[in-house]
Amino acid sequence: MIGFISYLVNGISLGSVYAIIALGYTMVYGIAKMLNFAHGDVIMIGAFVVFSTVSGMGLPPVIGILISVVVCTVLGMLIERIAYKPLRHASKLAVLITAIGVSYFLQNVALLIYGANTKSFTSVVTMEPIRLADGALVISGETIVTVIACIIIMIGLSAFIKYSKSGRAMLAVSEDSGAAQLMGVNVNSTIALTFAIGSALAAIAGVLLCSSYPSLTPYTGSMPGIKAFVAAVFGGIGSIPGAFIGGILLGVIEILGRAYISSQLSDAIVFAVLIVVLLVKPTGILGKQIQEKV
Amino acid sequence: MSKKMKVRNLSKTTKSNLITYGMVIVAYIIVEIFLRAGMVSSLIEGLLVPLCVYVILAVSLNLTVGISGELSLGHAGFMCVGAFAGATFSKCLENVITFGILRFTLAIIVGTLCAALFGILVGIPVLRLKGDYLAIVTLAFGEIIKNVVNVIYLGRDSRGFHISIKDTISLGLEDDGEVIIKGAQGITGTPNDSTFLWGIILILITLFIVINLINSRTGRAIMSIRDNRIAAESIGISVTKYKLLAFSVSAALAGTAGVLYAHNLATLTALPKNFGYNMSITILVFVVLGGIGNIRGSVIAAVVLTLLPELLRALNDYRMLIYAVILIATMIFTSSPGGQAIQERIKLFFERRKTKEA
Amino acid sequence: MALLEVKNLGISFGGLRAVDDFNLTIEQGELYGLIGPNGAGKTTIFNLLTGVYKPTDGYIMLDGENITGKKTIEINRHGVARTFQNIRLFNELTVLDNVKAGLHNHHPYSTLTGILRLPKYYRVEKEMNERAMELLKVFGLEQEADYKASNLPYGQQRKLEIARALATDPKLLLLDEPAAGMNPNETQELMKTIRFVRDEFHMTILLIEHDMKLVSGICERLTVLNFGQVLAEGETTEVLNDPKVIAAYLGE
Repeated sequence: MIGFISYLVNGISLGSVYAIIALGYTMVYGIAKMLNFAHGDVIMIGAFVVFSTVSGMGLPPVIGILISVVVCTVLGMLIERIAYKPLRHASKLAVLITAIGVSYFLQNVALLIYGANTKSFTSVVTMEPIRLADGALVISGETIVTVIACIIIMIGLSAFIKYSKSGRAMLAVSEDSGAAQLMGVNVNSTIALTFAIGSALAAIAGVLLCSSYPSLTPYTGSMPGIKAFVAAVFGGIGSIPGAFIGGILLGVIEILGRAYISSQLSDAIVFAVLIVVLLVKPTGILGKQIQEKV
Repeated sequence: MSKKMKVRNLSKTTKSNLITYGMVIVAYIIVEIFLRAGMVSSLIEGLLVPLCVYVILAVSLNLTVGISGELSLGHAGFMCVGAFAGATFSKCLENVITFGILRFTLAIIVGTLCAALFGILVGIPVLRLKGDYLAIVTLAFGEIIKNVVNVIYLGRDSRGFHISIKDTISLGLEDDGEVIIKGAQGITGTPNDSTFLWGIILILITLFIVINLINSRTGRAIMSIRDNRIAAESIGISVTKYKLLAFSVSAALAGTAGVLYAHNLATLTALPKNFGYNMSITILVFVVLGGIGNIRGSVIAAVVLTLLPELLRALNDYRMLIYAVILIATMIFTSSPGGQAIQERIKLFFERRKTKEA
Repeated sequence: MALLEVKNLGISFGGLRAVDDFNLTIEQGELYGLIGPNGAGKTTIFNLLTGVYKPTDGYIMLDGENITGKKTIEINRHGVARTFQNIRLFNELTVLDNVKAGLHNHHPYSTLTGILRLPKYYRVEKEMNERAMELLKVFGLEQEADYKASNLPYGQQRKLEIARALATDPKLLLLDEPAAGMNPNETQELMKTIRFVRDEFHMTILLIEHDMKLVSGICERLTVLNFGQVLAEGETTEVLNDPKVIAAYLGE
């Protein structure tokens, strides 16, 4: 029983990281209607910046994280401006291939700077683990920080979208960018802002992911990126609570699958659940159903 | 005289298709001459069979993405099925059928049929979805196939076949037994039947199947569904049937490529690199850069984009970076309004020069 | 026996009753009009007749066969073909291939025959080409056979849609606003073509139209729909002079 709870906690912790990445994914998808394959690689860049500043230059973790968030925010906006903006009205496939190009680009920049060897990432969390049930159940500091960060981000983001002017502009653009423009919403700056927020979240996710799973390579971001996208689809893409629920569920399924079924098949289980969910509810758990008009 | 007439009567598409076949055959002859003359580096020589594999994959994926209009990110999964089915077959019959050509032909058929079967099984649920959802689910299926192959242990002894998903011991083989698939270590010692000539023959067969399919009643039905599903239904074309047909033929041909791939390796393992979504994406890049629905373009793009990183080898660490930049630049140049304007200007420039010359 | 008999047809979307208690009888060879203000449910009725929507009540009989609730492709095989209000052509295919797609079920050969290019492939493709060209000639599109469908001007696209529908060899042809977006000259020409199709192919035609000139010019009988219900039906001139109908159109 204690074992199960411990796995569950780990699952929620991993799921929180997925949820943070998925929030970025889902916002970008909602607004730009594109699969941003490079999102996972922004996570990796975020983690490397913290690695350089904290482990390399010896700066305090908080400063390192701040620098990482700033770097990723700027990076996200640059990517949008240079690679995606010219393709705003191009075919979906053209945008997808460009995103893949950006993903390769980021991976290879990291490869040039840091090499292919795995770097061991020092956790930025200094909090003591909590011991429950006479020490049988240990909840690490990383887990607590990750889960709390995820909840704060999720609430903050929901509030931002609901109450701020820019947030409502995002909603309007995701609903109908043409109409939003006619209503005086600056579509370009709204999309840029979305990429900025998504990338800032990716930086935080990168730090949290590598604090719990401390091996860092130029390819670290790509699988979590894909899984976070799965989480976003799972919960209903474009929906913020959906991304949160999807992320947590995915993390829990992955950890429980690894513990009780097969460690090698945990990814397969995650993907199988996605398939089942989409077949039962083709737009995800909280997604809206849109019917084509004849 | 009558022959000339006939050639003139050939439709534009037929001519264009003949050029595609001719291109492949000419490429084969040129490479063969260079090989005989010893002018091909061992590096390039080692790339010849993989090149054929990529060409087949790109042409077959174009059937799904370009002709049927569905974005699939799981093509490598079907290649994986073909590779393991074909290699298993060859290993089992290595001592039964010693005639290499026959054994390999049968292996190709087995691998192709297995991949086709998976294409149908995956296609039935997947094709109910649309757009990005379909893309992500094909990716999911591809990853599942790769993961599952990694935990399969298959052995054979005098009592028959044994299968397990734990380890080799749990197969409980007798002393005369032989392990064929060793989980993550894959299949070792598949007969090395793949040759460049086989690759070219399989490319030609793939082209024959795909091109003739597109230019037939079935191809028309598939493309009409792509262009307008509701209108296609209104004229009595079964959307499910033709989408599934395109998807499974595409999967089957990916399986063919897999068999060719497997018989070119001493050890066949399912890694993210060869059968993961990254491979599916690489093939998708070939298809998109070669031109959606353009079969000859897929062939050329697969060859050029496979050779490009090798040609850039002199630049060493920077080559993949340059590849990435080329990829982004090409998409912006071909698909953005700004890029298209530049293209128009270049066209105009050349046209003006032509008229001046004349 | 009537070619088309619709009884008590109705459909609800959620709480909205889009079509209610709709009755329609069309005789073989008739040119019938379905008119009504925007949002009256005309296109919904077409969607019900062609199986895009399944009716919640009532039934549809075509030539003595019950086709209620059948799938679109089955209904087409029973002999109902249609055009769409917002043109739905196969844009990337040639004009000829658009019509040949319509011949799909009438000139079959297997996929394998197509791939292996067996003699049957050449024979059937030749038949299809000839039949498709005949149809294109009816609409004056034979010169454009090799154009991409999306490159045709608007008026010709509408004609191509009708040609494609006819290629399925229907008993009943449904035209959804065939004159939409056409100038008066084009409309005149279209009226001629529709009449020609009816006479030449012995076709029964049901059309939705806003252009009153076209409706009064070619339709023999009319049904007027308002708020999903039948407001009036009968001979064209009578219906158009019905005060109820005038009120519905002019809003009193």
